[in-house]
Amino acid sequence: MDINTKQLKKNAFRVTKNRGITSSRVRVPGGFLKAEYLGKIQEIAEKYGNGHVNLTARQGFEIPGIPFEKIDEVNAALQEIIDGTDVNQTGKERGEGYPASGTRNVSACVGNRVCPYACYDTTAFAQRIEKVIFPNDLHFKVVLTGCPNDCQKVRMADIGIMGMTEPHLDPERCISCGACIKACRSKSVDALEKVRFRPQRDAYKCIGCGECVNACPNLAWTRSQKKYYRVTLLGRTGKKNPRMGVDFIKWADEDSIIQIIKNVYDYTAHYINPDSPGGKEHIGYIVDRTGTEEFLKWALKDVHLPEIAEVYTPLNWNGIEYAHNKYFGNQRYHADGTIVTDFSEK
Amino acid sequence: MGYIADREQFSDFIDKLKEAYEIWAPKKFKGGGRFSDTDAVRYAVIESPDEIELNEKSAYSWKEAVLPPSETLFYFAENHAGETEGPAKKKLVFLRSCDLAAVKRMDQIYMKNGDPDYYYERRRRDMAFALIGCSESCENGFCVSMQSNMADNYDFSVDLVDGHYRLDCKKDEWNEWLKTAGAVSADVAPQRVTENKVKVNIPEDLSYKVGMSSMWDQYDSRCINCGRCNFVCPTCTCFTMQDVYYDDNGKIGERRRVQASCMVDGYTDVAGGGSYRQKNGQRMRFKTLHKVLDFKERFGYQMCVGCGRCDDICPEYISFSNIINHLEDGMKEVRGND
Repeated sequence: MDINTKQLKKNAFRVTKNRGITSSRVRVPGGFLKAEYLGKIQEIAEKYGNGHVNLTARQGFEIPGIPFEKIDEVNAALQEIIDGTDVNQTGKERGEGYPASGTRNVSACVGNRVCPYACYDTTAFAQRIEKVIFPNDLHFKVVLTGCPNDCQKVRMADIGIMGMTEPHLDPERCISCGACIKACRSKSVDALEKVRFRPQRDAYKCIGCGECVNACPNLAWTRSQKKYYRVTLLGRTGKKNPRMGVDFIKWADEDSIIQIIKNVYDYTAHYINPDSPGGKEHIGYIVDRTGTEEFLKWALKDVHLPEIAEVYTPLNWNGIEYAHNKYFGNQRYHADGTIVTDFSEK
Repeated sequence: MGYIADREQFSDFIDKLKEAYEIWAPKKFKGGGRFSDTDAVRYAVIESPDEIELNEKSAYSWKEAVLPPSETLFYFAENHAGETEGPAKKKLVFLRSCDLAAVKRMDQIYMKNGDPDYYYERRRRDMAFALIGCSESCENGFCVSMQSNMADNYDFSVDLVDGHYRLDCKKDEWNEWLKTAGAVSADVAPQRVTENKVKVNIPEDLSYKVGMSSMWDQYDSRCINCGRCNFVCPTCTCFTMQDVYYDDNGKIGERRRVQASCMVDGYTDVAGGGSYRQKNGQRMRFKTLHKVLDFKERFGYQMCVGCGRCDDICPEYISFSNIINHLEDGMKEVRGND
């Protein structure tokens, strides 16, 4: 059997542990798809795969157990799903499957189509981003979540987008019940204080979660017409140094975020280590090399942030160092109490 | 007199009314809802007929026209006090039959329950009412059971049917204005709801003994005492007072009255640190029996008008009509206690 594994992977198929057997990876930008495509996925899994489907970590589907020789047929069958999920196919003919796999599925929590806490339509924004960044071979993870609860765990992504609303108080509708203050204190950051019977908001503390709006029985608190976002940067998992993304911008707007993402692609394409294994390098490691200043110079090019936006500085990451953890658990012991020796320190 | 008016003609009529009246009507606030990308319909002063929401039910009631959520009564500075200016104009309120029936209840408490309330009276004085017809029952309303579906003490009624305003006007002067505007005479009666999906039955022998029933216990945990049911209610009249001091020496400030809720913490707080009805089930009992028993004993008719807004808004899906319909069982349960 002769198969170009580089092309195979780029076509969103996987080299599996089972020789000659691949699996097909289906993108679902924003995590919503019409139920009819589930039937199509079932059809592919039963006809070409082993009858099982894996729900991937990034809201896609992986159809395992497909023999290499069925790839063309699977690609043809995927066309309907590719059309239905509105995924760009630039670089491929119709029926040839996905044109790239490096940039991962743009995933999102269920968002304001369903969730009362979500501050925006996460799926729609995810789909907008997908249209801008896909296809691309660079290993990018963009994740969106509706509110600072961060159910989608955006702080583990290269670019994390967290929904915010700027709450507005109509004092004439406030009946001093205290529900907003209680909600903010118990569920959020305690940014509200009762001053002369009415809540006073500490804008510095406020994270724009909207708990005050949801709690208010009289619509004294309402949401801003404009939607805002917290952008987090360069979270990652992995074998070297997993770490949480840090705050980059508070009260960013949608257009700025799109521009920032494009910029980060340009930066990465420019500075990526050409010898990186499989052409994959987490952007964070590149930033470790070039320095944050250089990264920010690229990231903020042609970005026009709204007046309300706050940019965090300096940006510092720590996280877990598996080999030499300087931060937590820097001594280890066996179950019998003997200390584990770190020979690398000697 | 009945008329059919197009948008232009109705707009002329509204313009004429605006000369003398401040017009309050349900209005849709785009993006003004509690949750992201949702709208809110609530009362506001409107300038054009297009702002009047004639289809969707308002989440909050007409009462904001006469009982603002928060109202400053007077300002004070040491030994001097100055009353706030009353409304400059009289009001015309667009409202549905349930709310029009609620006007009587509100008046009962503020005007005919001892001396008339000065601050209420100055807003209520010369108020006119425009009845919005109901082409079909709303989801949670039970106006037919509460006999509030046929309220007819309106000055004119309005139904928006196929882009035309169908009006039944009872004021001679306004009839003239409608004619001048070019509205066409027609046989018009407001649309009425004669059957609701929700029906309630209040037991004939309902008594305070039902307070001993176990029916209230479930609300200890189900209810979150947020008070939404009270704030949206067109017949809830409770308020509390706030003396607000602007400065450090506490000599300058204002006195406000602010809507209050028998479901919210603090309502039963008394001097000395006492607090009654601490459990939410007890608060639900109090509210229910005030709405369908206590008020009737005092004034001879039911307080609740069955608008169903409390059901519409309850975040915990507690249905007030369902509570009313369980009073029968509650009575059965406690009758054995005699």
